[in-house]
Amino acid sequence: MSAPRPTGSGIMALSLLLAFLLSTIPLPGELDHFRPDWVAMVLIYWCMALPHRVGIGVGWLVGLLLDVARGALLGQYALALAVVAYLTLQTYRRVRVAPPWQQAFSILLFLSVEQLLVFWISGVIGYPPRDWWYLAPALGGMAMWPLLFVILRDVRRYFQVT
Amino acid sequence: MFTVNPTATLRLGLWVALSIVIMTMDHRYRYLDGARDVLATAIYPLQYLARLPGDARIWLTENLVGRGVLLEENAQLREKQVFLNAQLQKLTTLEAENRRLRSLLESAVNTPERVLIAELLAVDFDPYRHHILLNRGRQHGIYVGEPVLDQHGIVGQIVRADPFTATAILITDPNHALPIQIDRTGVRTLALGTGNFQELELPHVPNNEDVKVGDLLVTSGLGGRFPRGYPVGKVVKVEFDPGSPFAHIVARPLAALDRIREVMLLENESGVSEPSVPAMDGSLASPRPPP
Repeated sequence: MSAPRPTGSGIMALSLLLAFLLSTIPLPGELDHFRPDWVAMVLIYWCMALPHRVGIGVGWLVGLLLDVARGALLGQYALALAVVAYLTLQTYRRVRVAPPWQQAFSILLFLSVEQLLVFWISGVIGYPPRDWWYLAPALGGMAMWPLLFVILRDVRRYFQVT
Repeated sequence: MFTVNPTATLRLGLWVALSIVIMTMDHRYRYLDGARDVLATAIYPLQYLARLPGDARIWLTENLVGRGVLLEENAQLREKQVFLNAQLQKLTTLEAENRRLRSLLESAVNTPERVLIAELLAVDFDPYRHHILLNRGRQHGIYVGEPVLDQHGIVGQIVRADPFTATAILITDPNHALPIQIDRTGVRTLALGTGNFQELELPHVPNNEDVKVGDLLVTSGLGGRFPRGYPVGKVVKVEFDPGSPFAHIVARPLAALDRIREVMLLENESGVSEPSVPAMDGSLASPRPPP
C-alpha cells in the first residue's frame, strides 16, 4: 500500500453507467414511485469503499450528467449528489463496518437528504411536490441497498479495485 | 487515519456555490443552453441504450404473431381504409369549398401544416413535471414552441430543442396553460394542467355559462402557438358553487398522455404566415395580435 496505483476506474465508470441505465428504463405502474436512485447509491458505495478516490467532485460531475439525462435544472442533482458524497465521506468509517442491512438505514438518510434537496430546488423554480410520495425512492433505495452492496463488493474484490 | 477531513467541508462549499451559480444561470438567463447541448448529445447513446429492452419486446411481439392474426388485422385495416378514403373524398371537396369561401371573405387561409412523426424515448423524468423526451431534434427541424399531438388530440408543445432530441411539456403539466374554446358554444377559456394525466382545469368560466358534461374542447388558436380547431379534451365534471363567481370545470384530455409512444409534430405554418396575408392588402387589414 506504499505506492497505491489507481486501478479499476473503468469498473467504477461502468457501474455508474449501468446505474444510469437502471434509472432510465421504464418500470410498470406503481413500482415507478419506489424506483431507487441507483446513481446516488452506486456513488455512495464507491465513496464508502474508496474515499481517497471518489468524493465530492466526482459526485458533482455525475449529478450534472443526471441533470441533463432527466431534463432537470442544470446543477440540481449536481448539488444534491455533492452533498450526498460529502455526507458519505464524513461518516464512512462508522457506516462501512456495519452489516449491510444496518447500513441501509444510513442510506435511507442520505437518499432522503438528496430527495429533499432536489425537491426544494424544484419548489423554488415553481414545481412544489404535491404529496409525500417524493420520499418513496429513498425507501426503495434502502430496500435495495444490501443487494447492491454485496454485488458491488464482490465486483470490487474480483477486479481488485483499490 | 481517523481524523475528519477538514478540507471536505470547504470543497463541499465550493461545489455547492458552483451549483447555485449554474442553476441561476440556467434558470434565469439561459446562458448554458450550449453546454446542455453538448452534454445532451454525449448522453444520447445512453438514452438510446435504455430504450433497447422495450424496443426489443415490441419488435418480438410484432414479429411473432400468427399468420391468422395478421390476415385478420389486414382485412380490418383494408376495410377501415376504404371507409376513411370515402370520408376523405368528401373532406377534399369541403376543403376546396372552404378555401374558396374564405378567399371571398378575404380572411387568412389555413395553410396545410407539415407533419413530422417522432417517437418517445422511454425516459422517465421527474414524476412531478410532465415532460417527455422525443427522438427528433433541431437536426430534424424541430423548434421551441412547436405543437405536439397524437391521433386523438393535443399533447403539448416543445420547450427545448437539442440537436438530436427535444423535450416537450404536456398540457397536464402544472405550469402549462392552453387557450381553448368549447366547441358547442364557442366559449373561450384556458385549459390549465393539474399534474394529473387525466385532468385539465378550466378557470374563469362564469356560473351562468352554458357548459355541459361531455362538451368537446378544441384549441382556439389564440396565443399563436397552437393551430385552431384541434381537439383537446372532453368536459367530465361541472360544479356550480353559488358562493363563487366561477364554475368548477374539469376536463379529461383526449390524448392518452400517459401511454403515448408516437407523437406528431405540426410545423405551424399558418401561425407564421397569417399576419403577412392581411399586410398585402394594406389599409383593409384588421389589427392582429403580435406574432
